[in-house]
Amino acid sequence: MPFREAVRLALQVIWNQKMKSTFSVIGVFIGVTFLIGVVSIIQGMNGYMTDRFASTLLGVNTFQLRRYPGIQMGDVSRETRREWRRRPRITYEDARAVAAGITVPAVTAWESTTSADIVYEGSVARQIQVIGATEDYFRLKKWNLEQGRPFSPQEARAGLPVLVIGSELSERLFGNLDPIGREVKIRGTLYRVIGVVEPQGNLFGISLDKFAVAPALSAVKRLVNPPRVVDALLVQTESIEDLRTAMSDAEAIMRSRRELRPTEENSFSIETSEAVLDFWGKINGILMLALPLLVGVSVVVGGIVIMNIMLMAVAERTREIGIRKALGARRSDIMRQFLVESAALATVGAALGILTGLAAAGIVQATTFLPAKVAPWSIAVAVLLGAGVGMTAGLYPASRAARLDPVEAMRQE
Amino acid sequence: MSGDSIIRLAALTREYRMDAETIHALRGTDLEIRRNEYVAIMGPSGSGKSTLMNLVGCLDTPTAGEYWLNGAEVSAMDDDALARVRNREIGFVFQTFNLLPRASALHNVELPLIYAGIGARDRHRLASEALERVGLGDRMHHKPNELSGGQRQRVAIARALVNKPSILLADEPTGNLDSATSAEIMDVFEQLWHQGQTLVMVTHEADIAAHAHRVITLLDGRIHSDTVREAA
Repeated sequence: MPFREAVRLALQVIWNQKMKSTFSVIGVFIGVTFLIGVVSIIQGMNGYMTDRFASTLLGVNTFQLRRYPGIQMGDVSRETRREWRRRPRITYEDARAVAAGITVPAVTAWESTTSADIVYEGSVARQIQVIGATEDYFRLKKWNLEQGRPFSPQEARAGLPVLVIGSELSERLFGNLDPIGREVKIRGTLYRVIGVVEPQGNLFGISLDKFAVAPALSAVKRLVNPPRVVDALLVQTESIEDLRTAMSDAEAIMRSRRELRPTEENSFSIETSEAVLDFWGKINGILMLALPLLVGVSVVVGGIVIMNIMLMAVAERTREIGIRKALGARRSDIMRQFLVESAALATVGAALGILTGLAAAGIVQATTFLPAKVAPWSIAVAVLLGAGVGMTAGLYPASRAARLDPVEAMRQE
Repeated sequence: MSGDSIIRLAALTREYRMDAETIHALRGTDLEIRRNEYVAIMGPSGSGKSTLMNLVGCLDTPTAGEYWLNGAEVSAMDDDALARVRNREIGFVFQTFNLLPRASALHNVELPLIYAGIGARDRHRLASEALERVGLGDRMHHKPNELSGGQRQRVAIARALVNKPSILLADEPTGNLDSATSAEIMDVFEQLWHQGQTLVMVTHEADIAAHAHRVITLLDGRIHSDTVREAA
């Protein structure tokens, strides 16, 4: 029997027994749904972590010099936390010395943050991230301004009360009014808005456009830190090689400034996006290891179900098999008929699983901040998995069917 | 040996082993059937006529002896070769029709052509022609349960003949039919015989056997009598 004929026959049988077919493919269906759904979400997270999370929080080819890590991943013990709190802070002098001592081309900026209310006439924007920074901060963050301008080196050095704000904050405070030149109050000090940063979107559902940046030496310094202290020095280089050099430069400078002995550990943190990505890579690795296991279990169960269904089908259709053999079907014809049927059954289950998985990924994408990105390879794997499971599960039933004796088989009612 | 011999059995033996007991279903049968003979095989149940039928139809293999069909030694063939012989050389008509219940008359008739590897278009044409020949040109797309017993048996006959087999083997072809319909089927057989078809029919009904020109009676696994009726 030609292959096309076998496929046509198999689909017909499956269609004729819709109910039974539905139940028999449930295992494969669930396995594949899971595969597509989870892989899509992991894939999406992957893209998100690499493209948005790491680069937004830490920047590409950028390191941050801090007292202790800004992003803490995994378990941090209490002793470690206590040790962190005992560390000296990063001073203006530290920041200046490191910025001056880096031996490769680099953009540097200070960053200190706090949260405060911002008042414009009657309206208040509460709990806004207020950042004290130096003039190159915008360049380093790759923020373009949609209105106005960033503050100049002169304004930064003089600590003038000027403010560059995020687009959402601008909208909240001023609505349709032109924000440039308007004066807002932060804890009693007046600042003049000189620029608005174009929208940055959101990260894990949190808007990235609700912030205000003032020169680090302006009055904002009293809000964010004790005198002459910064949260972080940001250093950005042109390449990853330069970044490594800059990091070891920074480490050497800080160690010598703090007079650390070779046996002593760093009393500061140098943080890069790579560290975050490494951690995510670890989680990703665990998920990717667990996934085949989970998919495997449901698919094996699905395969056993299909095998039983096929054994039943062979028993029910013994007479049909006998007739086919009497009319000239060879063993291989019968074998192929049942193998194709079993494979088609599982593939239909896999196809339904793919559709459901895609739908699930779409729903997650639409309703949560989690991005879902369908991996084409997962669809290919699902299809092969379905057909493979079907073939394997069908092997034994099909060979039983093929070996039936035509006389005996036709005697069955 | 005559040149137009189509079936030749030499000391054909079939034994079944059941537990410790051996059942001698067929004890060394010699038989020759020539082209365009119309043979009825009779005998009480247990006489071995079904065993003979299955062996002649290549559905079963002998324990000993030789079976030559159309000059080929069938008794030496493997499973696949036997399937091929069943497909090309033999057309079966069964007492219970043995149609696939979910398939249309047309598809049932197409089955032997599928296993002969004939393409869809030719298959369709040949099967339609075969159904028209048995007077079912207007019932091609009916399922077996939408057809009467006589019509079902005609579908089975169309299916048996669609590959132009050397012999038509009928096993109690009228066993499930009323007498009027039986007569109808016997007429069809008669016509086929006149068109040159070789027919072998197993029956236990004497009046059905009377349609054949040669009647072989089996008893206890041996040929008991073999009578040829003179042509009218």
